Amino acid sequence: MKDFQWRRFKKWWLIFPPYAWLILFFAVPFLIILKISFSEAAIAQPPYTAIFEYANEKLVINLNFGNYLWLFTDTLYLNAYLSSLKIAAISTTLCLAIGYPIAYGIARMQGSIQNLCLMLIILPSWTSFLIRIYAWMGILRNNGIINNVLISLGFVDEPIRLLNTEFAVYIGIVYTYLPFMVLPLYANLVKLDSRLLEASADLGAGPIRSFFSITLPLSRGGIIAGSMLVFIPAVGEFVIPELLGGAEILMIGKVLWGEFFGNRDWPVASAVATIMLLLLLIPIALFHRYQFRELEEKS
Amino acid sequence: MNTAENHNVGKTVSANPDQILNADEEYLTIRKVSKQFGDFTAVNSVDLTIKKGEIFALLGASGCGKSTLLRMLAGFETPTSGDIILQGERINDHEPFERPINMMFQSYALFPHMTVEQNLAFGLKQDKLDKSQIAEKVTNMLNLVQMQHLRKRRPHQLSGGQQQRVALARSLIKSPKLLLLDEPMGALDKKLRARMQLEIANIIDSLGVTCVMVTHDQEEAMTMADRIAIMDAGEICQVGTPSEIYEQPNSQFTAEFIGSVNILKGAVKDDEPSYVTITSDDCETEIYIGHGITCFVGQEVAVALRPEKISISKTKPDQQYNCISGVVKDIAYFGSHSVYHVRTPSGKTISVTEMNDIRWAGDRLTWDDPVWVYWDDNASVVLTE
Repeated sequence: MKDFQWRRFKKWWLIFPPYAWLILFFAVPFLIILKISFSEAAIAQPPYTAIFEYANEKLVINLNFGNYLWLFTDTLYLNAYLSSLKIAAISTTLCLAIGYPIAYGIARMQGSIQNLCLMLIILPSWTSFLIRIYAWMGILRNNGIINNVLISLGFVDEPIRLLNTEFAVYIGIVYTYLPFMVLPLYANLVKLDSRLLEASADLGAGPIRSFFSITLPLSRGGIIAGSMLVFIPAVGEFVIPELLGGAEILMIGKVLWGEFFGNRDWPVASAVATIMLLLLLIPIALFHRYQFRELEEKS
Repeated sequence: MNTAENHNVGKTVSANPDQILNADEEYLTIRKVSKQFGDFTAVNSVDLTIKKGEIFALLGASGCGKSTLLRMLAGFETPTSGDIILQGERINDHEPFERPINMMFQSYALFPHMTVEQNLAFGLKQDKLDKSQIAEKVTNMLNLVQMQHLRKRRPHQLSGGQQQRVALARSLIKSPKLLLLDEPMGALDKKLRARMQLEIANIIDSLGVTCVMVTHDQEEAMTMADRIAIMDAGEICQVGTPSEIYEQPNSQFTAEFIGSVNILKGAVKDDEPSYVTITSDDCETEIYIGHGITCFVGQEVAVALRPEKISISKTKPDQQYNCISGVVKDIAYFGSHSVYHVRTPSGKTISVTEMNDIRWAGDRLTWDDPVWVYWDDNASVVLTE
C-alpha cells in the first residue's frame, strides 16, 4: 500500500515541473493580459482601470467589452490580422519549398557530412538575431551590396528599392525561420524506412512516383510540425517587419507595439494580443489532433 | 508487350520441342555472378539454374551472401561481374521497377499509410490498369490469401500472420515471372511459422509461380522448397532436393549445416567395388560401407552418421562392424523421441535418436548406463572432402 502511494507520488512529481512551468509562464501571464483587455485605459499607474472594486461591502466587477468592439469597428486591425496571416502563410510555403529539398538532401547523406550540414543549418542561430537582421538591411539597402553589384555590372541605372518592401519581409522571415522548418523535416525524413522505397520500386514505381506516393505522404508529420514552427511565430513577428518592412507593411505585431508603447493603451493592446492568440489556437489545435492520432496509430 | 512475348514463346513450341524443355529447365540462369563491396566479396562466382515453376531456396548462415544474391535478382544491387538471365533475357542492368520480378520483404515493407487494398493496388496502378481491372484483381488476390474481410485495415492494425498474407498478395498480384521471398517466416513465432510455411508454399504452387527464397532456417527450406542451394562465404556448396542434401551431403559443411550429424574421421583400409572398410580411432570395430566409393587405400575420409540412423542397446549387437561401446552421458527428452549422448572410450560424443514408441518402457536407458551404438552397412555417408 505504501509502495503504491510512493509510486503515485513519484509519477506526480515527474509531471509537476512542466505543468508548473506552463502555469507560471503561460497561463498566469495570459490571464493577466485577458484581465487588462477587459479594463479601460486611464491616465494612471498602471495605465488602466481596475476590474474588481470592493467598496461598501459590495464587489463590483466592471467588464469593458469596448476594446474588442473597437477592434471590429476600425478596419486597421482586421487588415493587420489578415496581412499577418497572409505574410505568415506565404513565408511558411516558401520555407517548405526551400527547406524540403534541403532536409531531404541531408537525410540522404552519409554520417559525417550529414552532421556537418546540420551544423551549417543551425550555426547562424548562434549569432544574435538582431545582428543578422541588421546585416540584411546592409545587403538590401539602396547603396547596399545587391544594388552596388547590379549598378556596377550595368544591369540597372539607379538602385532598386529592396529594403522597406514586403519582399524584404519575406527574405527576413524565411531566412530566420528556415532552420525551424528544416530540422523537424530532417528528423522525419531520416527515419524513412528505405525498404519502403525498395518495395515501391519493386512494384514498378520509378523514383518520381515513389517520392510522391511514399516519401511525401509519410513525411506529413514533419511538414506539419515544421510549418507550425514557422507559421505561429511568423504571425506575431514584430522585429522583421519593423526593420526590413518599413512603415507601409502592416502586421499585427507592429500594431500591438504601437498600441502598447505609442498610444500607451494597454487594454486595446491586450485585446489585440488575445484575439491573436485565439487565431493561433486553431492551427495549434489541428496540429495536436494530428499528433494525437499519429501517437494512437503507433501504439 | 507481354502478349508479343508470349506469342514468340508459342512459336518456339511448335518449332522445336527440345528448346521449350530447355527454356523451362533454364528459366532463370545465374552465370558466374560475383558481387564485391570494396575488398569484401559477398558473392563469389555463383552459377545456378532455376527451373520454371519450382520453389528454390538459398540456405545459409547470416553473412553468407544469400541476401545479396537475392537483392541482385530484385535489382537493388548490381553484380560486379556475371550475368543474370531470365527467360533468355539478360536483366543485369534493368532497374528494379523495370523487372517483371516481385519480392516479399523480410519485414514485409507494407506501406503504412495505405490500407490493405491500396497496398495491393499500388503495383497495378503503376501499370496504368483501369480501375475495374484493378478492383477485380485485388478482390481475387484477397480471396486467395483469405484477407477479404480486412481489406480496409491499415498494416499496423493487422497481426504478424495477416501482414504476411498481405505482403505475399502484394508480391503476387502483378503475376511476376519470378517471386522472391526474403526470410519469409523471419518475423513470425514458431507455431504460426509451421502453418504459414505450408500455406504459402501451397499458394505459390497453385499459381505456378517460379520462386527463389532466402532463409537461414533449414526446416523452412526443407518444408517449402523443391530444391535447395547451401551457401557459405559467398559460394554455393551444394544444390539438390531436400532429401538429396540431407541423405547425400557432399561435404562436412553441408552435413553439419543440415540437421545434426556425427562425424567419424578415419582412413580407407579396403577399397573393393562392392564395399569399403574404414579404420577410425573413434570406432573400435572397422567401419563397413555396403557400396563402392571413389577413393584409394589409406585416404583420409570422414564418415557422416545421422543420429536417427544409429541404434542403441545395452547388449552387444551381433555384428563385427559398425559398433562402438560407450556410456550414456546425457539424455534429451523431446516427447516423440529422445536424443542420447553417448561418450565413447576415445572421448568422442555420439548422438543417437530413438523413437519413444512404447509408452511405458520398463527397461529405458538412463544416465551412466554402459551401452553399444551400432548402424547398418548403408547408414553412413563417406565424405572425401
